[in-house]
Amino acid sequence: MDIFLQQLLNGLILGCLYALVALGYTMVYGILELINFAHGEVVMVGAMIAVTVLTSVAGSGLPVPLAILIALAAAATVCVLAALLIERVAYRPLRRAPRLAPLITAIGASIVLQNLAMIIWGRQYLAFPAVLELKVYEWMGATVTNVQMLIVVTAASAMAGLLLLVNRTRLGRAMRATAQNQEVAGLMGVDVNRVIAVTFAVGAALAAVAGLLISAYYGIAHYAMGFILGLKAFTAAVLGGIGNIAGAVLGGLLLGVLESLGAGYIGDLTGGFLGSHYQDIFAFFILILVLVFRPSGLLGERTPERA
Amino acid sequence: MHRLASALILAVASMAAIADEVVKIGCVAPLTGPQAHLGKDIENGCRLAVEEINARGPQLGGTPVKFELLAEDDQADPKTATVVGQKLVDSGARGVVGHLNSGASIPASRIYADAGIAQVSPASTAVAYTHQGFKTTYRLMANDSQQGKALGQYAAKIGKRVAVVDDRTAYGQGLIDEVVKAVKAAGAEIVGREFTTDKSTDFTAILTTLKGKRPDVLVFGGMDPQAAPMVRQMGTLGLKAQFLGGDGMQSSEFLKLAGTLAEGVIGSSPGLPIEQMPGGEAFTKRYNERFGKIQIYAPFAYDATQVLIGAMVNAGSADPAKYLPELAKFRMDGVIGPIAFDERGDLKDGPVTLYQVQQGRWVPIETVGGQPGS
Repeated sequence: MDIFLQQLLNGLILGCLYALVALGYTMVYGILELINFAHGEVVMVGAMIAVTVLTSVAGSGLPVPLAILIALAAAATVCVLAALLIERVAYRPLRRAPRLAPLITAIGASIVLQNLAMIIWGRQYLAFPAVLELKVYEWMGATVTNVQMLIVVTAASAMAGLLLLVNRTRLGRAMRATAQNQEVAGLMGVDVNRVIAVTFAVGAALAAVAGLLISAYYGIAHYAMGFILGLKAFTAAVLGGIGNIAGAVLGGLLLGVLESLGAGYIGDLTGGFLGSHYQDIFAFFILILVLVFRPSGLLGERTPERA
Repeated sequence: MHRLASALILAVASMAAIADEVVKIGCVAPLTGPQAHLGKDIENGCRLAVEEINARGPQLGGTPVKFELLAEDDQADPKTATVVGQKLVDSGARGVVGHLNSGASIPASRIYADAGIAQVSPASTAVAYTHQGFKTTYRLMANDSQQGKALGQYAAKIGKRVAVVDDRTAYGQGLIDEVVKAVKAAGAEIVGREFTTDKSTDFTAILTTLKGKRPDVLVFGGMDPQAAPMVRQMGTLGLKAQFLGGDGMQSSEFLKLAGTLAEGVIGSSPGLPIEQMPGGEAFTKRYNERFGKIQIYAPFAYDATQVLIGAMVNAGSADPAKYLPELAKFRMDGVIGPIAFDERGDLKDGPVTLYQVQQGRWVPIETVGGQPGS
């Protein structure tokens, strides 16, 4: 029982990371009804850029927080540019096309990004430079590190910032209007193209943050890390209710906890028949259950109205 | 007209005579993916051997030949391994050096056995590879029953409570099965066994479960892209157990990925440390000039190629029917030490060395088996 708290904590940390990435999926789906498969790869790009920049800046004697901020700024810039480019080139021309076309284009964009990363950075794993001194704290029998606390704080503030943006600003109102009904919003004076571009940009910025945090937490980054992460984050978004921002957060946290507890206890639960290497299956098993029994997700979906 | 015609015929005929017969040798390893650095290590070792042999102007049964290396990528995946194996057979390879992963070598070995060509693996250590009854499977590393025994006995020596993790591949699972046998035989207790995959990076769940069992030692059967984050996560979770791993972890890439947390980790590797290998120093110099840093397997791949081609030279032919019997009784003092095969194709008296990371470098601490005085 003493490890239950630790498993829960591990799950929450994992959940925060999933939530950050799920937000990008949910926002784009809410407006365009498009599953942006390339989003997982944008996270990967963020991680690779952050690691590369940090590796070159780390030795130069700058204070560590500044170095990390520089790496984050660089990663965010590249991610936003990549997302805007993909939106402009791959998705905008297909806005009036049947739903299948942008879906396949999204998969294509994901493959292109992955292979570009493989060509640029090679196939080996990049190591996150040792700039963060690891401090481990004991709390009620479980261990927490400063990196894990940083993840929670960063994820919480990013999500709070996003909720503020969407609910309390003019731009946020325009985003909600576009999500509800694109044509009418356009008639009301909203620049729909700009709003969609901003949505992609915000998602990409969050992806850059997630990429930096993930590579800091696991210590490595590589060109194939975005694929499975993207699938799981998308599962989290569906779990919470696609298009629903609070749903993405809830879905992410829940998925992280379920995966962690599942991997930890499945050996005991099934008497050794299923082992902990089935950890990845949990995400997809939950996706199937959700889609069968509650397709609109836990908090209900928010997709464009079809009048 | 006659003179022109005969001159032309003579020219064409002499060109045909000058052109060497080309003998194709296949080399398969993961050239993409997380283990690409190890696969490239193998390809480079093979290439160095082929280049050096070609430079000497080799002959098979009096005919000058040129050896050509066909390098293929199996992505460490069993399915891809069979596909590229068939591709090599179809392109006329007369012998194959490969694969790296036992999970790839074992399914591919059936393809090579059906085609009747020899397969010399520089790195596959799963016991099953040479126990399938094929006359074509050979390896240049001590197999996992020897490696697992060495690891398990060492683990039992330094702690009474041993936890094990494997990555469910043929290699990882096979190695840990042997470790478990050796640990139990030595009287220590296996307190927990957890599993992961060869693509995972998050081990916090299984490490937390094992932390609850309070082990003194944790033995991991798998490769360095998993071992490095695992060691790191052990540090963050406060799991204070001595970390042991197999040859898949004992590389310079592991040191790079795990950083300071690698300190004190123990890894085993079949074969002698390269500084203690009879041909080690000279080989390292030639390899560094041509390709750069050695990971683990380059000297084994080099010797594997030498063995394969050496058997062909002894038989005077690249025809598998003729050189396979020569390969079975082949003896050589290679870079890695004395090479001879037993009746299954395993290396005779293969040694296993245990290394520890001290001050950021792998330092050999113990050698088990091998020829006396090596």
